[in-house]
Amino acid sequence: MSDEFVIEARGLAKQYGPHVAVDGIDLQVRAGEVIGLLGPNGAGKTTTILMLLGLTEATRGSILILGKDPLRRPLEVKRDVGYLPDSVGFYETMTGRENLTYMARLAAIPRGVVGERINSVLASVHLLEVADRPVATYSRGMRQRLGIAELLMRQCRIAILDEPTSGLDPQSTQELLDLIQKLSRGGMTILLSSHMLDVVQTVCHRIALFNKGRIGFFGTIEELAAKIGGGTYVIDVEAEGIDLSALAATVDGVKNVMAVNGHWQCEAVRDVRPQLAQRIVAAGGALRNLDLRRARLDEAYGRYFREVHQ
Amino acid sequence: MMVREGSPFRGVGVIALKEAADHLTSARMHLIMGLVLLTAIGAVYGAIGRIKDTTAEDAYLFLKLFTVAREPLPSFAAFLGFLLPLVAIALGFDAINGEYNRRTMSRLLAQPIYRDAVLFGKFLGALLVIAIALLTLWLLMTGLGILFLGLPPTAADVVRSLAYLAATLACAGVWLALAIAFSAVIRSPATSALAALSVWLILTVFWGMIAPLLAGLIAPIDPLDPSTVLAQFEAQQSIARLSPQTLYAEITAILLDPAARSVGPLFMSQLQGSLYGAPLPTMESALIVWPQLSALVAAMILLFTVAYVAFQRQEVRA
Ligand SMILES: Nc1ncnc2c1ncn2[C@@H]1O[C@H](COP(=O)(O)OP(=O)(O)OP(=O)(O)O)[C@@H](O)[C@H]1O
Ligand SMILES: [Mg+2]
Repeated sequence: MSDEFVIEARGLAKQYGPHVAVDGIDLQVRAGEVIGLLGPNGAGKTTTILMLLGLTEATRGSILILGKDPLRRPLEVKRDVGYLPDSVGFYETMTGRENLTYMARLAAIPRGVVGERINSVLASVHLLEVADRPVATYSRGMRQRLGIAELLMRQCRIAILDEPTSGLDPQSTQELLDLIQKLSRGGMTILLSSHMLDVVQTVCHRIALFNKGRIGFFGTIEELAAKIGGGTYVIDVEAEGIDLSALAATVDGVKNVMAVNGHWQCEAVRDVRPQLAQRIVAAGGALRNLDLRRARLDEAYGRYFREVHQ
Repeated sequence: MMVREGSPFRGVGVIALKEAADHLTSARMHLIMGLVLLTAIGAVYGAIGRIKDTTAEDAYLFLKLFTVAREPLPSFAAFLGFLLPLVAIALGFDAINGEYNRRTMSRLLAQPIYRDAVLFGKFLGALLVIAIALLTLWLLMTGLGILFLGLPPTAADVVRSLAYLAATLACAGVWLALAIAFSAVIRSPATSALAALSVWLILTVFWGMIAPLLAGLIAPIDPLDPSTVLAQFEAQQSIARLSPQTLYAEITAILLDPAARSVGPLFMSQLQGSLYGAPLPTMESALIVWPQLSALVAAMILLFTVAYVAFQRQEVRA
């Protein structure tokens, strides 16, 4: 991951008359990151996405996408950004392939490569067999996958997906997640809004929690869990030949060590795995396992919103 | 003022061709073109009958195909003037709001094109279809003329009828721009169609009654001052010309009738040095209707601007 931000929003706000939909948010995303946008209905996720794409005008604030202002240089920005709206629509009487071809022409994908590329993306979303049927005959999941096919076809540097998994069955959801991870491995930066927390947990590096038009939290799920749990990281340690309770007390940041069914559970204010490992090995212990307990997003999310609502 | 990079027209061709293809295969278009074709054939058939009955020798026999009517059928030109706005409205009433309703607008605008391209593309696509339809009609008329009257059109006939065709296209452009403007301002296609049809009804059917009423209010006639009669007539004519149908009717009258020389009251000065009833050269007829033609184009641009301004700042949430 490079340090330059590919998406950079500052003080972004959107007002509909007296109603404030987005209230001065900051968002910085590095190249290659997968960011989850979370939050209750009406929290301002879609509105933020629309502003990033230049599909609605921000009331205040500034946006830079790959260093460019989407309102001033829309074509350059749009060339690099693919978008899958929350309710994706197609031209119903045209076939899946025709729909893609139309968008490919508008995106100025060279004619020579269009046909081949469309075939390969249709194959990767498992739509090749139905490619020549009108979209009117497609199921919801097939439409969603056709939308993903368009993103693949565009070969953008950034993809913004608004609730891509809504209405998908578990298997399609898994396939979609695989596709997203494939895109991410290919170096694409992805912004993903979703209400399915397990989806977000699987694919996202960092999450932004939207609440009433603001971003209440922006960071990794572990950071969120630590913040909510009073800043506690839980590390499970299996080691032989040492007494961890004595040893760990000398590590800066460790708050508490407990022995639980044959292993130790170590609570710390930060991720102290490197220091623990060093001490255990230095003390001649045999380190068998050192595991930062994965925070569960659904738990953290629930606790976060219980807290802010108090 | 923002400086924009890239051409605002990139993508126009792609969108226009897709729209044209959509229209040419749509049931809506087939229906209305079927209607136009039927009436056209009926009108021309009537005209041929009357021309055979009455006219023996005429330099502009071909043009008479367009203008001669046999009761109870109106002439081809009258039919076309009446139906043309309907064709344009049918092609344009859901241009913009249709994309919202299909929820394709956000994906369309997420492509590297400006919104201008969508608007221009939709307009040009529909205009292309109308142009194709008009040309087809024209060829049909020519064919029927040759078949039944037994003589090909003269060069002047061809030039005049093609000029008439161009004016017809300009008039269609006005109605198309109106329909697209409504489709940009109103979110429901049914409502925007109704709005455009209401304007059509007012400007085509009722305007002939409204114009004299308004003129009477604006320029009342003073029985002691004969100049007020002319003033009221002029006021009425100006008001009538606010309707594109009036302008179009005037253009038609001049272009299709070489003997016609004025669209307003005829003054002696205009007749000086001319033989009354003698045909005008084609260029002179064209000069007479130049202001009307410009007005049609101006109206088209104005309506297009309205659509543009409405569409440009719209939030695209679908
Ligand atoms: N055109 C509009 N006019 C007025 N208010 C609007 C408009 N569009 C959205 N809003 C309001 O803006 C707020 C944010 O909406 P937004 O669609 O961004 O929420 P969201 O986080 O995407 O929600 P969801 O999870 O339901 O998709 C909501 O309160 C909504 O009512
Ligand atoms: Mg939303």
